[in-house]
Parts: sequence; C-alpha cells; structure tokens
Amino acid sequence: MIAEIGLAALWLAAALAALQLFAGVLALRQNQDEDGELARLVRPAAMVQALLASLAFLMLMWCFAITDLSVKLVAANSHSLKPILYKVTGTWGNHEGSMLLWVAVMAMSGGLIGWLEKRLPVRTMQATLATQGFVALGFYAFLLLSSNPFERLPIPAPEGQGLNPLLQDIGLALHPPTLYIGYVGLSVAFSFAIGALLTRNVTPEFARVMRPWVLGAWVFLTLGITAGSYWAYYELGWGGWWFWDPVENASLMPWLAATALLHSTSVLAARDALRTWTIMLGVVAFSMSMLGTFLVRSGVLTSVHAFAVDPERGSFILALLAIYIGGSLAIFALRAGTVAEGKRFAMTSREGALVFNNVMLSAILGIVLLGTLYPLLTEAFDIRVSVGPPYFNPVSAIFAVPMFLVMAAGPLMRWREDKPARIQLELAIVGAIILGVLAVVAVLGDYSILAILGLALSAGLAIASFMPLRGRKLARVPLATWGMVLAHFGVAVSLFGMASESAFTTERLSAVTAGESQQVAGWNITLESVDPIAGPNWTAMEARVIAQRGKGEASVMVPQARNFWAPAQATSESALLTRWDGQLYAVIGDSAGVDANGNQRWQLRVWWKPFVTFIWYGGLLIALGGALAIIGRVSTDLKRRRAVLRGTEKRAEAEQLKMEKIDGYGTF
Amino acid sequence: MRALSIALLAAVLAPLAMLGVPLTAQDSLPPAPYAYTQLEDPALEAQAVELMATLRCLTCQSQNIHDSDAPMAGDMRHQVRSRLAAGEEPEAIRQWLIVRYGDYVSYQPEVSSTTWPLFLVPAIIFGFGLLLLFRRLGRKRSDGEGTDRAPTSEESA
Amino acid sequence: MRWTLWIPLGLFVFFLGVAGYQLTQPKDDQIPSAMVEKALPEFELPAAVETMPGASRANFIGGKPKLLNIWASWCLPCIAEAKQLEVLEGQGVEIIGVAIRDKPEDVANFLERYGNPYTRIGKDDISSLMLEIGASGVPETYVIDAEGVIRYQHIGDIRLEHIPLLLEELKKAET
Repeated sequence: MIAEIGLAALWLAAALAALQLFAGVLALRQNQDEDGELARLVRPAAMVQALLASLAFLMLMWCFAITDLSVKLVAANSHSLKPILYKVTGTWGNHEGSMLLWVAVMAMSGGLIGWLEKRLPVRTMQATLATQGFVALGFYAFLLLSSNPFERLPIPAPEGQGLNPLLQDIGLALHPPTLYIGYVGLSVAFSFAIGALLTRNVTPEFARVMRPWVLGAWVFLTLGITAGSYWAYYELGWGGWWFWDPVENASLMPWLAATALLHSTSVLAARDALRTWTIMLGVVAFSMSMLGTFLVRSGVLTSVHAFAVDPERGSFILALLAIYIGGSLAIFALRAGTVAEGKRFAMTSREGALVFNNVMLSAILGIVLLGTLYPLLTEAFDIRVSVGPPYFNPVSAIFAVPMFLVMAAGPLMRWREDKPARIQLELAIVGAIILGVLAVVAVLGDYSILAILGLALSAGLAIASFMPLRGRKLARVPLATWGMVLAHFGVAVSLFGMASESAFTTERLSAVTAGESQQVAGWNITLESVDPIAGPNWTAMEARVIAQRGKGEASVMVPQARNFWAPAQATSESALLTRWDGQLYAVIGDSAGVDANGNQRWQLRVWWKPFVTFIWYGGLLIALGGALAIIGRVSTDLKRRRAVLRGTEKRAEAEQLKMEKIDGYGTF
Repeated sequence: MRALSIALLAAVLAPLAMLGVPLTAQDSLPPAPYAYTQLEDPALEAQAVELMATLRCLTCQSQNIHDSDAPMAGDMRHQVRSRLAAGEEPEAIRQWLIVRYGDYVSYQPEVSSTTWPLFLVPAIIFGFGLLLLFRRLGRKRSDGEGTDRAPTSEESA
Repeated sequence: MRWTLWIPLGLFVFFLGVAGYQLTQPKDDQIPSAMVEKALPEFELPAAVETMPGASRANFIGGKPKLLNIWASWCLPCIAEAKQLEVLEGQGVEIIGVAIRDKPEDVANFLERYGNPYTRIGKDDISSLMLEIGASGVPETYVIDAEGVIRYQHIGDIRLEHIPLLLEELKKAET
C-alpha cells in the first residue's frame, strides 16, 4: 500500500505541476491579475504540489526504512541487515530515489515561493511559477515514465542486494543531497530569470527576490564540492583531492556559474545594472546543473566510470535538456534585446570589478566545459584524447590570476565610479605582499609557477579580504558584508591550501619490515606491526604505524588494506594524522616479499602535506560567508518590506483622513 | 563494481571507478621493482612524479598512473622511473608512450591536428572576454550599446 | 535583434547533436594500439615454462604471418579464448604467446588444463612487451607479418566469430 500511496501522490503532484503551468500561461495570456479565476489557482497548485511530492518521497523513505522487498528499488539497493540510518539514507543512494528527492525539494521550493513570496509583480510571479511547474513537469515525467521508484516486483525478493559496507559512509550519505539542493536552488533562480524575462521585468526588486535562492544554491554547492573533495582525498588512498575528472567537473561548472550569477545579481540589486547578463547567467547556471546530471547519468562521457549506463535514461535527460535549455536560450535570444541593459558605470568602480570577474569566471567555466566535453566530441570521430590537469590548471590560471587580483581590489572600490588614487595605500599594501611572497618563495625553492603564484595571491587576497572593514565600526558592519569578507577570505585560505599542498608535499614510498623506520619531512615513521583483521564482509591487513615528529609525542596510525568479497574489491583505508600545519597521510599496501633475513616486508606510503586541510577549511569559510549573507540579506529585505508596508498603511490612513497626496513613502 | 556504481551514482562528485581495484583479474607476482620504489635522486624522482601524474592508467582509465594501484599502472611507473634513471628526458618518455597508445595515454594534450580546438577556443574566449570588457567598461561612460539602452531615465544621475 | 544573442543557442544545439549521436553509439571502451602498421619493436623474453622456448622479435621474421597472443593464467577471458586458439592452431597458424606477470607453475597448469596452442611462450613480468606494442590489457592478439610488421590488433578474448576474421587478416598479411 505504501508504495501505491507514494505513486498516487507522485501522479497527483505531476497533475498539479501541469495545472500550475497551464493556469499560469493562460493567466499571462489573458492578462489576468491576481484575482483572475485561473491566476488564483497558480499559488495553491504550487503549495499542494509541494505537499504531495514530499508525501511521495516520505513514502519511499518508509519503504526503505521497513525494507519492503516487494518494491524493486528497495530490493536492488537495500538489505534488511543494514543499520537503520543507512536504510534511510539509502533512499537517495540510487538513481530513482535521488530523482525523487530532487523533485520533492524542487516542489517544496515552489510551494515556499507560492506561499511567501509577495514582492514581485503578479504577472512576473505567475510566469515564474509557471516556469517552475514546467521544469517540475519534465522531472515528474522522467520519474513516472522511465524511472518509477515505486515499481513492484511480481514476487517479492527474499533479500535485498544492497549490503555494501563501502556505501555505509555518512559522508557519502549526505553529500549527494547537498548537491541536489544546490541544483534545485539554481532551478528556482532559473524560473525567476525566465519569469522576469518573459514579463520584461528585470528589476532590482527581482534581483533581491532571486538572491537568497542563488546564495542558498551556492552555499550548498560549495559544501557539496568541499565534502566530495575531502571524501576523494581520504578514500582513494593516494592523497589527491582534485582530479579534473568529468564527474568532478560536472559539479564544479554549476558552482562557477552560480558564483558569477551571485555577483551579477548583487550588481543588479544594488545598482540596477547588468540586467541581460544576470538573466543569461541564471539560464547558464541551471543549464550547467542539468548538463552535469546528464553527463553523470547517461554514461556518454563516463565510459571511464562504471556508472549505471542507461541509454533510455540518457535520452530522456537529453530531451529535457533540449526543451529547457534550448527553449530558454531561444527565449533569451528573442527577448534579451528588449531588456534595457540598465545603468552605466565606469571601469574603475565596484561594478567594473564585478563585471571583470564575472567575465573571468565565465571564461574559466568555458574552459572547464570545453575540456570536459572535448573527449566526447573527438570520440564521435573515433579519436580518443585525454584532457587532464596539465591542461586545466594552466589554461584556467590565465583567467584565474587576474580574477584574484581584481577580487582583492574590487570590494575596496565605490559603486558607479571611483578613482584608483583613493585606495592607492590599500592597493600598495596588497601589491607589496603579493610581490614579497612571490620573491621569497621563488628564491627559497624550485616550485612550479602556479604554486608560487597561488601562494603569493592567497597571501595578498587574505589581507585584502579584510580591508573593506577598515575604518568601519565593526558592530555596525552589515551581516552581508561580513559574509562577503568571510567568503573572500575563505577563497584565500583554500587557495593557500592548494598551493601549499602542490608545492611542499613530501612523499615517501617504501617497503619496510615491522620495526623499521622511515623519515619524511621531520616525521619519524615506524611500522610497528601488520596484522590481519576481519570486518562484516571484508578481511584486511591492518598496520600499526607510529608517527613521531622530532622529539614530540608519538601517535599511532592504523591504515588498512581491505579486501571485500561481495563485490570482490580491494580498497585502501588511509590513516590521517592532522596537525595545525598539515596532515600526515599513511597507506599500507601489499606485501613486498621478504628481506634478506626472511622477514615479511610491506609497502608503506606516507605523505606529509603541509596545510592541505586549509583547502577544506576555506571551503567551509566560503559556505559560512554565504550563509551569513543570506541571513543578512533576507533580514534587511524583511525590514525594508515592513517599512514599505507601514508606509503604505500610513499613506492609506492619511489619504482617508485628509484625502490629499502624500509622497515620499514606498518609492525606494 | 557495477552494483557498487549503480548504488553510488548519486554521488555526483565521487570519482567512483577509482574507488578500488577489482580483484577478478589479479596476478600473484610482486610488483615491478620501480612500481612502488622511489628513485634515489630526489630531482629525478620529482621529475618522475610530475610525469606520472600526467599519464593515464590504461586499465583503470580515469586515473593517472601515479595514483593507481592497478598492476599495469605499477608497470608503467616502473618504465617511467627506470627510463628516467637511464637518462631519458621526461618528454621523450611521454612521446614514447604516445607513439604506442596515441594521445589518449597523456593527460597533457599537445597542439596537433586532433587537439587544436582545445587551444584555439580559450584564445577565442580570451578575445571575446576582452571585447566584452571593452564594450562594457569603455572609457566613455555614456557610450552605450544602442539597442540595449532604455529609452527613458536610465542614465545615472 | 543582435545575432550575438544566438551564439549560446547555437553552441547548445551543436552539443545536443554530438551528445545525441554519442548516445546512439555502442559504448566502446577499447584503446586501440597506435602501433598497428608499424614494425614490431625489438624484444627478447625468457621462457615462461621450462618445456618451451621463450620469444623474441626474431621469431616472427620469415615464413608465414604469425599470431602474437598476450595472455596470462590468472586472466579469465584467456580461459574462454583457449579453445579458439586451438582451432586456429589446427588451421596451421603459428601462435607465439607472451605470458604477463605469471609464474612458471601457473603457466604449466594452465596449458595442461586448457590446451597448448603455442610454439613459444615468452615471460613478461613487468608488462614491457605490452607497453612496447601499445597493448592495454590481457588478452590481446596481434597479426605479425613475415617482415615483422604489426598488421592487425584484436582486443579482448577471441570468440568463435572472430576466427574467420583473424584467418582473413593473416591471409592479408601474406602480401
């Protein structure tokens, strides 16, 4: 019954999405206002749809929680012996469930907008909700027609097939939904952008309404990428944290677009400039999240990954992609010319810096997109090429280096027009720091140019990110400004971690017997013992490694080399030792034969990675900055709204009393 | 691998195929001498690491040979290290592999008849970006893009 | 209306075309060797089992075109293709084997259980020959002509339907 309730709720939600779309479109066509018969349906449709989609998702979660093995999805992906936590998180640990989570979150956002958002003109809201309904309808169709999560088995399975302890990892359970929420946030921003474009209402007010969604999406994407990178770092056993792998790029591209969108939205909200550009980025950001989904799930690019390749699924997502992205790009091309570009500004102004960095971010996005898709293109001609870090790193740096420089200076500048002379002291300080670090690092050692540049820029940027606070009363600095400062500082921290890791990492590969010691970067590493241990469905060789830094206290690390038998697979469980200035990373490998005395020798890999943790601390700081900005922006907007409301009320009273015109209120 | 991957496909970021090495086709011989042993000379070893990080493991495919436990990757590391130790230049070793496996084996695309767009397009993006910036940020503030301008009071005071 | 506004749509349509085409293509994960039509590199491998001689480039020169079969006793598809190799041998094809990362006793066991179609088997413990000829896995089979030029590469195990194909390639290599 549970599965059937879920399926029914899903169908009803789809019907409501269709209603939301058609009522919205007809209302727009007939030029109805909020009280029109059809127009009145749009908001309730969005709200009820949210309830139904959430209900469908909860029903699926229930099926997983009680391990209902007559449901095909549960039988394929769960197991009655799994801990309850992983039974529940298993709901979205598969294609169908994750798509259902996606539409549920999307419907909830739509419901939230329909319920609360009253700032925009009626027509724009109708168009936005209609777009939202249109996007949702495609995903419902995808779920119901090609990936039904509630499908029953003719005969219930005796036991599920999903007892894979590899997947029972809390990071892995929480990381995908984080990214989905980010993607959904971008789809909301997309709906707003299309709504505003269709009704020719690209205004600062529109930007303010859209901004929390963009910020929210951006925060979640940042968290998702940060977590995913750390997961790859500790799980893969070689200490790499970013591989420019297609699947990683698929999550980076929406983030780059969202970062650009976020900043151009700020310009639009504050200065009523960059209207077309903001709309374009809104479309691009959502396109990138759809494209990423397509690349990951269709298998066109990931022949190298063993993802579930399903041509039907791929075709469906590609069709959705064609409709939404193709449609919105066509609307953009037709309508963008009619949207006034907005206010002008000088090159040396806050807007100028933001525009510059927007162009740089878009260029980096273009490079990543090109490098990711290029192998797909050549494969059509039966030529196979590889595009990896040696391409992505330098080519994106061409745009990233100027971007970081402008990022240091931009927040110090005034809106509209500024004279560089006004902030020359600040610029001189930052410039001196960058050049100083550059010189020192270049003299000290033989490091790659990119690492040296990264170190220098991160130092300059770290100082510069706090300069906007100079001369201000800290208690009175708006929360959104704190958010910006923290996020920019986070970028500097992360950049420092990346550069430091790539410049200063020391690697020690060795074959050692128990009791033998190795030196790596001031650490004394002793392999104490290697013993077999057994887990639920694996056996492992577990090493006890004693790590001692100089004369400091000794710590024990226990890396494992695990062999799973279902599915048969070998993994390395790395052991990490975190210090404030870096991480020691140890992996035990295979047996390496015996030494001259007949003692067993083991492959031991140890890395000392100075400040590598800063990469992820930086990511967290960026996300925190984004969260602060949301709180700041939303509360300011609410205050403003109350003030306007009070203004209107007063005006109404005054009109009633004196029947005379009062001006000055509500015209911010 | 398949079951794992289906269940994991939701993990958009995770480079899954790298997660582990399937055991179905494993041999029992110890790895090649230089597969897990560094070169004595730190400068040569640094060159080796730099090169290995840009060569593609052919059996695991989505990993470079420096970061892989696959036996074939170990044998490729052995080739790289022993050739470097014998005095070959890193780029010569890369070329040696490209002659045998085509561009696929190297993560570092070189300008050739099949890869020129990878270098032309960034140049175009660069030019386009400059053009865009000049048009938007041109010194004459009132020099707008005709059709883009609102007819009424858009000009900032 | 400015034409530049249509650029994004144009690029997107181009992507749709390529992606759509790729979706219809069967997935091909093979990495072909770039050494086909080039001379077999010089190599000299010791014997993989005591009872048989090792293999070198010189063994391919002269006479009829031969097959070079790269395999290993630990590789499952190699068991599957053993029968087809015997058929080829029965048709008078000379097959020279190279065992990858293998122990002599394992090789001997394999030959005993699944048959021995080889005239020689070289022993390659560090995949050196694989890397020399651009092979990316086991098993792979190469047609080498009497001049020592690689004429054809077969990736994966040889199935029944591949036998005529290989025979034809061997014939082509005679000229």
